[in-house]
Amino acid sequence: MYLDEKPVLRVENLTMRYGRGCPHCMESLEKNRCKVCKTVWALNDISIELFPGEVLGIVGESGSGKSTLMKSLYFDIEPSSGGAYLRDYKDGGVNIWSASAAERRAIKNNMMGMVYQNPVLGLRMDFSSASNIAEKIIAAGGRNAGRMTERAAELLDAMEILPSRMSEAPKNFSGGMQQRVQLSKALANNPSLLLLDEVTTGLDLSVQAKVLDLIRKIRARYGVSILLVSHDLAVIRMLADRTIVMLDGKIIERGLTDQILEDPQHEYTQQLVHSLI
Amino acid sequence: MKMNKNYNYAFIDEGSKREIRRTILKAVAIPGYQVPFGSRELPIGRGWGTGGIQITLSLIGPEDVLKVIDQGSDESVNAVNIKKFVGLCTDVKTTVKTGEATIIQTRHRIPETPLRNDQILVLQVPIPEPLRIVEASEEKTKKMHAERDYAPMWLLLYESLIRYGKITIGTEYPLMVEDRYVMNPSPIPKFDNPKLKDSECLYLFGAGREKKIYAIPPHTFAESLAFDDVPFEKESFKGKRCRLCGSEDTYLDELFDSATGERMYQCSDTSYCMEVRGCI
Ligand SMILES: [Zn+2]
Repeated sequence: MYLDEKPVLRVENLTMRYGRGCPHCMESLEKNRCKVCKTVWALNDISIELFPGEVLGIVGESGSGKSTLMKSLYFDIEPSSGGAYLRDYKDGGVNIWSASAAERRAIKNNMMGMVYQNPVLGLRMDFSSASNIAEKIIAAGGRNAGRMTERAAELLDAMEILPSRMSEAPKNFSGGMQQRVQLSKALANNPSLLLLDEVTTGLDLSVQAKVLDLIRKIRARYGVSILLVSHDLAVIRMLADRTIVMLDGKIIERGLTDQILEDPQHEYTQQLVHSLI
Repeated sequence: MKMNKNYNYAFIDEGSKREIRRTILKAVAIPGYQVPFGSRELPIGRGWGTGGIQITLSLIGPEDVLKVIDQGSDESVNAVNIKKFVGLCTDVKTTVKTGEATIIQTRHRIPETPLRNDQILVLQVPIPEPLRIVEASEEKTKKMHAERDYAPMWLLLYESLIRYGKITIGTEYPLMVEDRYVMNPSPIPKFDNPKLKDSECLYLFGAGREKKIYAIPPHTFAESLAFDDVPFEKESFKGKRCRLCGSEDTYLDELFDSATGERMYQCSDTSYCMEVRGCI
């Protein structure tokens, strides 16, 4: 369906290691750690593609490397090696990790939106919700206050938060509302790529359902491509077209979500699927 | 006042003066950029304007005429003490008339009388870093200036609009200089900010404790930060006038007579007020 289109995001051979590595690493890994030199391979040669309008699920337990992947893409951490190419950045021809500080800011603010599991990482809890959304617009060069306020109202409304509450700070909001403010902020500049890192983890089930529903609406309404990371296969099942399974910093299985759920190949995936039923 | 011959002329040794003048030249060459300098010890406590005084002392010569003001007044303790000190180590004349001065050292105000191209205004600065209110770390603010990353400052202004319907910063209102550096004009009221833009005179800013000098040379584009649709506004004294000279276009101090309960206003720039009244 998407495969003849140019991917919105292409990650090639991404590796993140903590330690110097040694010639024996790959044969001596215990989970993601080399028994010989103690180097931790948090991400081990990861390659993925995300196509326009697609939701790509990444499932794995904590320590699988899925959050490290997200943080690398959002420039929160610097990978050891590998490349990431965005369709919107130099037509996908240049690795975003070779971009200058100013270019990185532009990429982050104009082309991507990020929602963290912990809203403290994504929001200024003491600033108004409107300012939290405006922060992205300002960072992208916006200097029209009225237009920022309009955009904040529009996005909060889309996320089912009354625009009349935009002068309130997220610290006064419930966990579910904080995630919805994060989503509004992430969408402020109409990015082509949305990074969602365990966005519903820790929320009550009914609240989770509402946030997942909104993500589905976002996809339909804004046509944004989504990289969705979760330890919860139920979340992945609800949203993802294709799914990647990660374990100990490596991709162990990938395919259409339905296919993975119906006929998991890897032993670890089988366990995951069985625990879901 | 009698000059004390035991002091070096203008107190600071000539080598140090030259170094400060080199710093000033660099500051003039890069308007709005905070240039570090080796702040000297003076027989005046830091925090009492030692940054401004060092600039004044490194520039001053026998031909100069000095005016010193503090919050608009030539007679305040701080202004008088600085004049005394300069009198001990130089033979320069002092004046209260803005038009007569070649160097004006000031804190908290810029005179009402428009300054000329042959005049230098030296401002005392407690906190030179305009970004300090949004970022505590010096290392990070340096990086923000280098990368021209002023988003957090703009965000603060926007937050103020959302919360209070207007920008509530009263003094130290930041300016963008030559579309490159955001700068702190020192604790002058917003009323004085427009005087910094496209001026005739040279403005020098000295922070002794923080060891920084910066400048706005004549005819520099120094614009108070404002959103496209929310213009910068200075304090308005509409409908009010100075009780002494009747001026309606000056920065007014509010006085409160507790006996009568009456509010009165008078020029904060006392020598301007006296000149209007013909007292000096
Ligand atoms: Zn007056």
